[in-house]
Formats: sequence, C-alpha cells, structure tokens
Amino acid sequence: MIKTDKLTKRFGNFIATNEITFEVEKGEIFGFLGANGAGKTTAMRMLCGLSTPSSGSATIAGFDVYKQTEQIKKNIGYMSQKFSLYEDLTVTENIRFFGGIYGLSNQQLKTKSQQLLHDLGLEKEAKKLVGALPLGWKQKLSFSIAVLHEPKIVFLDEPTGGVDPITRRQFWNLIYDAADRGVTVFVTTHYMDEAEYCNRISIMVDGSIRALDTPRNLKNTFNAASMDEVFYALARSAKRSE
Amino acid sequence: MKQFYTFIRKEFAHVLRDRKTLLILFGMPIVQILIFGFALTNEVRNAKIVIYDQAQDVASQQLISKIEASRYFDIAYAVMDRAGIEAAFRKGDIRLAVIFPQGFNNDLLHTHHAQIQVIADAADPNTATTLTSYVTSIIQDYMAAQEPYQITPQIRYLYNPQLKGAPNFVPGVMSLVLMLVCVMMTAVSIVREKETGTMEILLVSPFSPLMVIISKAIPYLLLSLINVTTILLLSTFVLKLPINGSIPLLFAESTLFIITCLTLGIFISVKTSSQQVAMLISLMGMMLPTILFSGFMFPVENMPLPLQWFSNIVPSKWYYNIVKAIMIKGLGFSAIWKETLILAGITVFLLFVSFKSFKIRLS
Amino acid sequence: MRTIRFLLQKEFRQIFRNRSILAMVLVMPVMQLFILPLAANYEVKNINLAIIDNDHSSYSQKLISKITASGYFRLTGYVFSYKEALHLIEQDKADLLLEIPHNFEKNLVREDHGQLFVAVNAINGTKASLGGVYLNSVIRDENNDIRLQLVEPVRFQSQPVVEIASSNWFNPYLDYHLFMVPGILAILVTMIGGFLTALNIVKEKEVGTIEQINVTPIKKHHFILGKLIPFWVLGNVVFTLGLIVARVAYGIVPVGNIFLLYGFIWVYLLAVLGFGLLVSTYCDTQQQAMFIMFFFVMIFILMGGLFTSIDSMPDWAQVVTKFNPVSYLIEVMRMIVLKGSGIRDVLPKLGVILIFAIVLNAWAVVNYRKTN
Repeated sequence: MIKTDKLTKRFGNFIATNEITFEVEKGEIFGFLGANGAGKTTAMRMLCGLSTPSSGSATIAGFDVYKQTEQIKKNIGYMSQKFSLYEDLTVTENIRFFGGIYGLSNQQLKTKSQQLLHDLGLEKEAKKLVGALPLGWKQKLSFSIAVLHEPKIVFLDEPTGGVDPITRRQFWNLIYDAADRGVTVFVTTHYMDEAEYCNRISIMVDGSIRALDTPRNLKNTFNAASMDEVFYALARSAKRSE
Repeated sequence: MKQFYTFIRKEFAHVLRDRKTLLILFGMPIVQILIFGFALTNEVRNAKIVIYDQAQDVASQQLISKIEASRYFDIAYAVMDRAGIEAAFRKGDIRLAVIFPQGFNNDLLHTHHAQIQVIADAADPNTATTLTSYVTSIIQDYMAAQEPYQITPQIRYLYNPQLKGAPNFVPGVMSLVLMLVCVMMTAVSIVREKETGTMEILLVSPFSPLMVIISKAIPYLLLSLINVTTILLLSTFVLKLPINGSIPLLFAESTLFIITCLTLGIFISVKTSSQQVAMLISLMGMMLPTILFSGFMFPVENMPLPLQWFSNIVPSKWYYNIVKAIMIKGLGFSAIWKETLILAGITVFLLFVSFKSFKIRLS
Repeated sequence: MRTIRFLLQKEFRQIFRNRSILAMVLVMPVMQLFILPLAANYEVKNINLAIIDNDHSSYSQKLISKITASGYFRLTGYVFSYKEALHLIEQDKADLLLEIPHNFEKNLVREDHGQLFVAVNAINGTKASLGGVYLNSVIRDENNDIRLQLVEPVRFQSQPVVEIASSNWFNPYLDYHLFMVPGILAILVTMIGGFLTALNIVKEKEVGTIEQINVTPIKKHHFILGKLIPFWVLGNVVFTLGLIVARVAYGIVPVGNIFLLYGFIWVYLLAVLGFGLLVSTYCDTQQQAMFIMFFFVMIFILMGGLFTSIDSMPDWAQVVTKFNPVSYLIEVMRMIVLKGSGIRDVLPKLGVILIFAIVLNAWAVVNYRKTN
C-alpha cells in the first residue's frame, strides 16, 4: 500500500526527514513513532501529498507522490494533529461537507451519516456546532469523517492527543474496525501503550528510521519489557528536540 | 519588574518576527507622505477643456490667448455643439467647454456687450466651480485692467505662501497613521491571544492582567514613535517643510496621542472576541472617520451640526490641531493646553471603561 | 459541479452563522453611506473674517457691509491692529483678515487707485485660495459700484462689458452629495469584498482547516470558486443596499442604465475578490492579511480620485492610477449614475477591469498551493 525509498525532505540546510525507506501492507496498522521534532509529521505530509519530497521516491496505493498527488488524495483519508473540522458548522453539516467533496452521492451521504452518528452515539448532537463538543468526541468525529469515503489508507497524526484513556480505547476500537474493513492505517503517536496495538511500528530519531518491526520483535531485540523502554533506548541518542 | 521585561520582550518578538506586517507598518507612513506630497493636490491643474471659437476675431483671440497663458488648463480646440459637449462629458474626455459666439468682437464694439458661454461638467462640483471661476476671473481681470478707479487687494498667504498641500496634510498623515497603527495593532494582537487561548495562560500567571495588557501596548508605542520620527524627517528634508515650534513638545504631544490610540485599541479588544470583528471595527470605524473628521480633508465647520459635535470625540481631530499649531504656526503649549487636556481626558475615560469591563470578564 | 455546491453550502452556512460579522458587513456600509457624504463637503462657506478698518470712511463701511452680506463670510472680529487680528488667526478664530488702510477712500478718489491688505491662513491651501477668490470677487463687485458713482454715466456706458453665461450640467445646483455618494459606495464595496475574501481564506489557514481541504481531491479552481461566489453575492447585496440608501437618503437615482451599472459591478467584484485571494495566498495570519490589504486599499483610495481629481495629478501618478481598479469604479459610478453614460462610454474601462479580474484570479489560482 505504502512504499518509500530513501524519501527525504530538506528545509534549507535542515534535513527534516532523512532517506526513510519502508513498506506498509494492505490492512495493516502501522505505528509511526518518534520524539517531538523527529520528522514524523513532515514524513506524513509528504505521503499525503501536502508536501513535495526533496529526493527519494514513494508510492501510495500505487500512485507516485511527485506526479500523482491528486490520485493519492482520492484514495486516502487524513486527520491532522490540529483539530481541523469546521467549528462553526454542525456535526451533520461537517459530515455532509466532507462527504460531498469526496464525491459521495446524496443517497450514500444520507445512509453514511446516519450510520456514523449511530456508531458514535452522536445522534443527539447532530445539530450541535462542532466547536461545542468535548475534545474526545471531536477526535472520534474527525476520524470517522476521515474514513467516510472509504479510503484505502488513512493517515492519523497524533489522533489521541489530550484525551482520556477511555476515549482513547474507544478511538482504537474505531481504528480496528476500519482495519477489519481492509483500510490501511498509518498512525503517529506518543503513547507507548498505543504502540502495542499496532501490527508493526517504526521509530524515528533525528529524521531517520532507527527501528522497524512488530512490537514483540522490537522488545526482544532491545531486550526490553515494554515499548517504553525500547523507545527510551532509541530516543536517548536524539540530538535534536523541539 | 523583571516579569514585566519578560512580557515586553515576548511582545517585541511577536512584532519583529512578522516581517510582512513590519514592512507595512514602516512603509505606510512613507508611502502616505509621498502620495500626499507628490501625487495629490486639491488644486485643479491640467484640466481638459475645450474652446469652441465661433467668432475667430480679434477680441476672441485675445481672450483665448489669456486663457492659454494659464497653467490650469489643458486646452483643445474643437467645433462642438451642445450634443457634442454632452457626449464628451459622458465619456469623461473634458471637464469644461468655453464657447465664443459668432460676431463676438462686433457685439463688443457696437453694442458694448458680448457673451461667452462657459459650460461645466458639474458631476464633480468642486472642479466645476473652480474651473468656472478661473475662466471668469481671467476674463474679468483682462477687461477690468483697462478701467479707472482700481481697488487692488494685496493678498498675503500666511504660514504657507506657496499654497502647498504639505502644511495641511503632514499633520493629517501623522494623525491618520498613528491612529491606524496603534488602534488596529493593539486591538488585533490582544484579540488574537483571546482567540487562540493564550490569553488565558497569561491571565492565570501571577502577573496582573493590567500589566499583561500594558506590555502588549508598549512595542506599538515605540514603533509609533519611530513612525513619528520618520514622518517628521521626511517632511523636513523631502517636502522642505520645517518644524517651526518646539520638537520636544511635538514629541510629548505625539506620545500622548499614541497612548490615547493604544487605549482605544485596548477598549476595542476588550469589547470584541474575534479578530475579524476587531479588524472591521478598527478599520471601518476608524479609518474613514479619521480622514473625514480630523479636518484635514474637509473643513469641519461646513458639516451639519450633529457631525460637528461628533467630530469632538474623534481624538485625531485634536491631535491634528495640536500638530498644526506646533509644527506650522510655531506656537507653544499655551496655545494647545485645551486640546491636550481633551486628549488626556479621552484616554483616562477609555482606560477606565476598558479596565472595568476587563475585570467583569474575569470574575 | 457537485463539489462546488457543497463548498457553497458550507461557505454560506458559515457566513450566516457568524451574525456579528454579517451584521457589521451589512450595517456598517449603510451607516457610513448615511453619514460620510454629509461630512465630505468641500464647499467653502462660513469663512471666518477679521477686519481692521483704519479708514473709517463711507467706502470702507460699504465694502465691509457688502462682504458680510455676500454669504461666504462670517465677521468674527472687528479689531484695531494687525497684531490682534493675527492672534485671532493663530487661535483659529479667523481664517482671513482684511485690513483697510488709512486714506483708502482718499487714495481711490484722488489717485485713481486704492489698496487693500488681505492675509489668509493658508495651511489649508484650497480653503485659502477659495477664500481669496471669493473676497476678490466681492471687492470687484464693489469696485464696479464705486466706478458707477465716480464716472459720468455716458463715459461708463462706453466701456465694453463681457458677460459670462456659465451653466453646470448634470448637477445644476452643485450638490456635493451627488458627487461623493457614488464614490464612497465604490470604496465601501471594495473594502468589504476585498477584506472579507482575504481574511476568510487566511482564517482557514490559521485555524488549520485548510490542511483538511488540501488532502481532499478537491480541484484548486473549485475551492477558489467556492470562496469567490459567496463574497461576490455579498458584494452585490452591499452594493444594492448602497443604491437604496443613495436613493432614500440623498434622492440619487442613477441616470444611466441600471443593468449596465450592475454589469460593471459584477466584473469589478471579480477583480477585487481576486485581489483579496491573491493577498491571502501570500499571508499566514489574519493580522498580516489585514495589514497588507489595508496598505493597498489605502493607496487605492487616495489614488482613486475620490477626494482629489486625477487630472490634477502629475504624470507619473496618473500612470499609477491606471493600475488602480478603484479609480475605474469611482469614475464609472459617477459616469453612469450622474451623467447617464452608456455602454460605449464605459466599454474601455470595463475591458480594463475584465483584464484585472482575469490576471488577479489567475495569479491567485497559480499561487494557491495545495502542496508545499
């Protein structure tokens, strides 16, 4: 689904992402870890077609990140770090808007938004302004909207920042549901317990990928009891921070 | 005190980091002075007029040569009937038409009475009256010069012998620029912190809210003083308009006016909650009224009475008078204490009101 | 097409939801249009006059009464020395002072020539020169009267007289409102359209929602059309409100074809909105966008011929005004509303604005990047 080869992004002299190479399979939940400033968001923006790479190559669902960004965009969903639904629109209006611009038919919009509201238990809030919802609900709503058009891949940039453990658990249930439907999930996170939920994870330090395997194998390799320890072992060597 | 410096440093960092805004902040007064100094003039010059000389005789030629000698007109000669003139007005090609009737000289010699038609495009009444009165006085002066018992008024133009625009607009530009920069920048930068939520962080800090607000205003005070200096330098050296009065007094009064504007900005920021609203208010509500009511574009005494009253609460009007008095007339503090007092009064009032509603918001 | 529909739906919802902005956008221009033309009046009347009469003769008395009766002047001081009069000028209590010298009447009668001294506060050059012109014409009038008395009628009759018949077309009563209202309306439409468009897009950047839009397969021109159309409609609403105010408050009914007027505004709004878009593509914060817009709008207004005539500008400045869309609108508004100019008169200007619209929007579309 995702395939990168020595993908690099430079800002002047600063190398934000340095020759990263990896592959993600269909239906996989791929955790993309790294300390703040390690270059995760930059890498993700390149994969989504928001940012043009400086060198290296990558294909997303078979489309080239240099030339076919618009085809890529049809096949992916994206949820940014910064909450970015329209706060001055209601829940339904946001669903209809984003569904609409992905080209869902009126019939689809209707059934899908009902389904979504039902799944999230938001029926009562359908006519509320999104700005008035608690953060946890906003995040779940963002995710559901990001996969509304059934993309092949969904990119999640720190989707669970600032929400309580119960909501996080619920959020991950949504992710599993999507993965079960065959959606490839590419997720960055700071929570090491979440890392354990992923099929495979990569850990970035100073713009490069230092480790890439299943959580279990990583723990074995680093002789660690938890992902936390793995992460510390790697991130300690980091030279840059925010 | 140390905390206070920290805050001010932070504000400066914000202001200095945004290069585009900074460029505009410093560029604005320069561009305004240049536009007002070199492009705009209330004088009517090079107005396109048409002379249709049906007479083509000695008298008409003599008068036309007098009109030609004036620098006010850009003259074309054409054969034009009323419909032709109207069409030319509609297209905006000409502003005035002068028609000498057939047999002009004949009439003058035999009946001692001849007529010239002057037709103006009065869609612009100012230009129309000015042009008509120029033509009229050229002709009348020429005719009158040959008569006995002359009364000649000797006119002296005080403060501005060459009738330049600068003495009028430099004080105007100063009040306009200071008003806009201070009001808009303070209002927007405070509301922006409200919008992004950082204001709450500042308010929960052990630092008094009043200090938070004051530290936001100080960078703009300094920027504005730089602008005042730029304007004064430009007007002295580029426009050759010297400062006749005391420079320290001028700076002191400018500082007072800047503080007035900053408090106005604070007042707006306290009353609004989104950047867009704050901007629209400071822009629509400040710019045009400042241009209109300070009196540098249009004489205040010609306005309807309610508007004249209203002009009294426009701070820039008072500042405009102060700058005019110090800079152009060279007067001292005794001539402007009243204006100074009014500005100070407005400032205290605005501070009081905003501080009060600021407190209400917090509790 | 469907995408645009969804975009429009969203924009309109947001506009209507934000009541305070909407109210301001609709109410402010109306209020400004009510008030500003009353204030923007160049007509010079009520010139404050101080008189020093050192002659105290019958001629000087007659001259003074003629001046005060003329309607232009208000006698605010009758003082005895130049110094006193100057003090009145310093305090802004007098704009003009007239000094009638000792022996004015005697000199006029015996030496065929009388002198008067006038000093004008010339800080405001226009007012000063107009005041001078008015005073001059009153004095000339009085001069003629005196001549009538002094010269035997027969000899006087033989002096040739040129009468000047002046007429003022399109605005016979020289009503200043007729001139200012269309111009101010032009400015208001420009400000509303330009600012709202620029701020709107930059706000999406600031809040981060634009990111979400950029990962969708939305076409650039769809997105931009979705932004343009709502503000274009809003601009038309403001313009229509303005025309209504012009009619109700000032009795101004466009003499020319109203459809031509709207046709021009339609194209013009595209140009202004395109400019707003362009500015937004260069800015990251609303504050920046506002200041940059403000900077240009200010230049547009000053160089647009609203307050001062473009004809009087030096050549280089006139060239600058050719690149100022506002100057075209102000001119065309006045042409159609006051003079009833037709399509043929307006066509060249419409062409220029169309070019503006195309260039600005194309530039904005090219410069709007979904990818960086």
